[in-house]
Amino acid sequence: MDLMRSEKMTLVQLIIPVESAHRAVSYLGELGLLQFRDLNDDKSPFQRTFVNQVKRCAEMSRKLRFFKDQIHKAGLLSSALPTLQPDVDLEALETQLAEHEHELIEMNANSEKLQQTYNELLEFKIVLQKAGVFLVSSKGYENAEGRELDDSVYPSDYPESASLLEQATQSGSSISSGLRFISGIILKSKVLLFERMLFRATRGNLLFNQASADDLIMDPVSSELVEKTVFVVFFSGEQAKTKVLKICEAFGANCYPVPEDLTKQTQITQEVLSRLSELETTLDVGIRHRNAALHSIGFHLTIWMNMVKREKAVFDTLNMLNFDVTKKCLVGEGWCPIFAKPQIQEALQRATHDSNSQVGIIFHVMDTVESPPTYFRTNTFTNAYQEIVDAYGVAKYQEANPAVYTVITFPFLFAVMFGDWGHGICLLLGALILIAREGKLSSQKLGSFMEMLFGGRYVLLLMSIFSIYCGLIYNEFFSVPFHIFGDSAYKCRDKSCRDAYTIGYIKYRDAYPFGVDPSWRGSRSELPFLNSLKMKMSILFGVAQMNLGIILSYFNSIFFNNSLDIRYQFVPQMIFLNSLFGYLSLLIIVKWCTGSQADLYHVMIYMFLSPFDDLGENELFWGQRPLQILLLLSALVAVPWMLFPKPFILRKLHTERFQGRAYGILRSSELDADSEPGSARQHVEFNFSEVFVHQMIHSIEFVLGSVSNTASYLRLWALSLAHSELSTVFYEKVLLLAWGYENFLIRMVGLAVFAFATAFILLMMETLSAFLHALRLHWVEFQNKFYAGDGYKFKPFSFAALADDED
Amino acid sequence: MYGFEAMTFNIHGGYLEAIVRGHRSGLLTAADYNNLCQCETLDDIKMHLTATEYGPYLQNEPSPLHTTTIVEKCTLKLVDEYKHMLCQATEPLSTFLEYITYGHMIDNVVLIVTGTLHERDVQELLEKCHPLGMFDSIATLAVAQNMRELYRLVLVDTPLAPYFSECITSEDLDDMNIEIMRNTLYKAYLEDFYRFCQKLGGATAEIMSDLLAFEADRRAVNITINSIGTELTRDDRRKLYSSFGLLYPYGHEELAVCEDIDQVRGVMEKYPPYQSIFSKLSYGESQMLDKAFYEEEVKRLCLSFEQQFHYGVFFAYMRLKEQEIRNLMWISECVAQNQKSRVHDSVVFIF
Repeated sequence: MDLMRSEKMTLVQLIIPVESAHRAVSYLGELGLLQFRDLNDDKSPFQRTFVNQVKRCAEMSRKLRFFKDQIHKAGLLSSALPTLQPDVDLEALETQLAEHEHELIEMNANSEKLQQTYNELLEFKIVLQKAGVFLVSSKGYENAEGRELDDSVYPSDYPESASLLEQATQSGSSISSGLRFISGIILKSKVLLFERMLFRATRGNLLFNQASADDLIMDPVSSELVEKTVFVVFFSGEQAKTKVLKICEAFGANCYPVPEDLTKQTQITQEVLSRLSELETTLDVGIRHRNAALHSIGFHLTIWMNMVKREKAVFDTLNMLNFDVTKKCLVGEGWCPIFAKPQIQEALQRATHDSNSQVGIIFHVMDTVESPPTYFRTNTFTNAYQEIVDAYGVAKYQEANPAVYTVITFPFLFAVMFGDWGHGICLLLGALILIAREGKLSSQKLGSFMEMLFGGRYVLLLMSIFSIYCGLIYNEFFSVPFHIFGDSAYKCRDKSCRDAYTIGYIKYRDAYPFGVDPSWRGSRSELPFLNSLKMKMSILFGVAQMNLGIILSYFNSIFFNNSLDIRYQFVPQMIFLNSLFGYLSLLIIVKWCTGSQADLYHVMIYMFLSPFDDLGENELFWGQRPLQILLLLSALVAVPWMLFPKPFILRKLHTERFQGRAYGILRSSELDADSEPGSARQHVEFNFSEVFVHQMIHSIEFVLGSVSNTASYLRLWALSLAHSELSTVFYEKVLLLAWGYENFLIRMVGLAVFAFATAFILLMMETLSAFLHALRLHWVEFQNKFYAGDGYKFKPFSFAALADDED
Repeated sequence: MYGFEAMTFNIHGGYLEAIVRGHRSGLLTAADYNNLCQCETLDDIKMHLTATEYGPYLQNEPSPLHTTTIVEKCTLKLVDEYKHMLCQATEPLSTFLEYITYGHMIDNVVLIVTGTLHERDVQELLEKCHPLGMFDSIATLAVAQNMRELYRLVLVDTPLAPYFSECITSEDLDDMNIEIMRNTLYKAYLEDFYRFCQKLGGATAEIMSDLLAFEADRRAVNITINSIGTELTRDDRRKLYSSFGLLYPYGHEELAVCEDIDQVRGVMEKYPPYQSIFSKLSYGESQMLDKAFYEEEVKRLCLSFEQQFHYGVFFAYMRLKEQEIRNLMWISECVAQNQKSRVHDSVVFIF
């Protein structure tokens, strides 16, 4: 009976000595049953008491994030063994983290330096290989003339060589200063721009050779592999050289000198290669060392992160507490469920004991007029249903909880729309799979869609079970009827009876024992029969559920001691709804039981239009006419009954209370105000017109609503009709049609289309739409009869919730 | 098509307008500024900012924090948002968004050219550039020796190329030239932007012409005040004024002959919208003029959010965000240098 009403809550005050405060709060966090109120609402985060600790925690979690990032970058899996670590002190952890960070940063800096030299050498090697080819090939055109190399970093002057000049400068004009070249390497994406810029800067007096490098080079900043291109630029003139160099610099191109001489080239290449291999081993050792360090960090990482997060939460909570006057105690206020008081007290005692505090923690209940938070103790099964209700609005404190009824009514109404036991079995299998793998799925991270499905697995389970039940009643298995419960009660008189509307089949034995007789299927009167059945059934369900809603409002009034609402709201509402639609339900049942052929539309419509006329052949039972007149009258009386008395009585009560207080009790009321300053006196201005308008809206809404809500329940019929027709179409027009051919291929295609349509349209879309309609019936038609839904949720300070938050 | 934007605007612009309005509600409020002004250290500022939209950008910064890091990260957020919007935008909104950055491009060009003139390291200069005004070959600017080369080598590839037509000279670059170049470019840019907005028509044209006119007038006043006492001739000065705005053309004639700040004031007070700005200042004072203009601008930018179905909100958001970053920079500088008494001097509350 925990779910019928939310837990009784109480406002408590804690007075905690400073020395045991931290421990007490963390014990409470482990318990997770106390919601602290923020007593420092007016202070900004950095003006609070424990701001330094919070900052330190933030700093530590930054470091931890850094580690996590590094581990991730290094491609290591943090194999977090949940080893229980001896309780590490926060200070110790802080220094430990700082050490680790320092170490890691140093290692990173070292390896970055190494990586940079490595990159340079690698690029040099590539440039040597590629540019060497250009130089050699260009040499072929050249006069065999000796050439000297400058030892300068950047390459050197050429002696004049006419043919190369002609090669290099398009015009072949007489520039006599000599030809120079620069070779280097540049990002592939920048090559085009680079070339264009060089062309402009030298006014076209250049030769640009390029070849893409074979190896990818690691970018030291983003540690991504990038493609680069080797280039060699030939140009002439000193001025051009400075320009080209500047442009190289601007584009981030690295220039490397390539010697002209082949022997020197090979020599340098050798040198570079040997240094490269040396560096490679150094780098490898460095990386291994770093990985080992990261591995040891990764071992503890999750525990540390949890710990820091907890610490931060504890200090955040401590920041919500107030210092008392003596500055020796912290004062906190919070909500807790009454049943949890002994547990909290026990935790607090433990905290006092463990922190060797001289003074115990004072824990006492406070009075308040504020409305407490709403807290339901749900389990894995009921949680999903509670969520469905909460999605509409969190229940007012101690209000009747519709989730209790939703557990059954929601899947049931769903199934009324989704009745097909073939589809039901498919859903059931899905739900069972989800439930069977509950342990595994709940620990891992799911996508948003799967998460939704997994969260509603028990809803899905009940929905599918009820679908099977309703499907058996409708006698539909992928829209095919089965003779499960014996033979049909009807048989054919002659061959044409399937097409007959009224008299075709004859009943020759007892009624089919459970559900719809399979013979209806495919007959001409199938639709009229099923429609009439489902329509009436929906009205019965609707009236029953709405009555339940109004009755719940009665229990609410009883609980909150509001006899006014019972007398002037509950009673007339019951009368109004039942004298119209309750009567209709009665007629339906009577008609079903007696097998009468009376026209219920006619009865209902003429009940309003001409109540005194004779009913004629539509009379279902004796005394129907006087009963109808009585019901009509009571319905008419019920409307002003729920509209007028309540606001006037409220006004009277208010003036009485006000008059009573005006003279005699003035002094004492002032005393009251002094003695309990926290409790806001409810001197709300009584605005009669507002109350009256409110009541008017409420009454009109109910009167119109009882008509429109009843009509709204007809969606049960409409959707179940749509579902069964749709599955019939897929079965007959796709599967049976394809089966009519002898061709194997066509049969397979037909089967595939049928399976696809069943899975996606019927099992997914139809499930979703039936779910939404069931949701609406609960939120609107059922809950607006009694549910205020203006409460707020109980959010206890709890480490367990903290861990969930991160995922 | 004024009045009919509502029918078609949301086809292409609806999503982005929603985005930009969402971003706007992330701007710091007066309460945030009040809290920030009470901070004692930069860490406090960081702590407060991590509770705002800036959180993800600042939370991974190690603790001894510098003003530059704060500003850098805040700018990074702006740039990320801008890039996201630009990616999602279709014509003509994408062109409109690109126009917004041209101003930064001009500033960056001027910054690099001045820097190389004074022989500063290019890499260092690049770090100071506003990331919104970056283009591919910006580093190459250092190569150029005079305007003509500047244009021919680098700027011809950039969207700024058409604005350069008026300042191609073979003169060597010097501080004065560069400043004139900046203002000529800005003039051409504003006029072009103005024409573009007029071409868009509708509410965009109406709102943007108002905002751009204010911008142009502010530049005109600033040019006048800065050129007082320099060798810039009156004609040259007049050439730098944009050819639209409230002051155009008669106000420009009068501004061109101004000799001191009080004469400027006299000219401006003839225009009612600017009267309120100048009435806040005492005579002979030009220090607070910037703040007064900023405040007026922020007011106008905020107002542009009151209307729907136009592109002005993008411009306004970018400007407001820049103002917010300026505010943060000022507050952090004040806190870092222990000048908390001056913290209110230059902070412009946005809401």
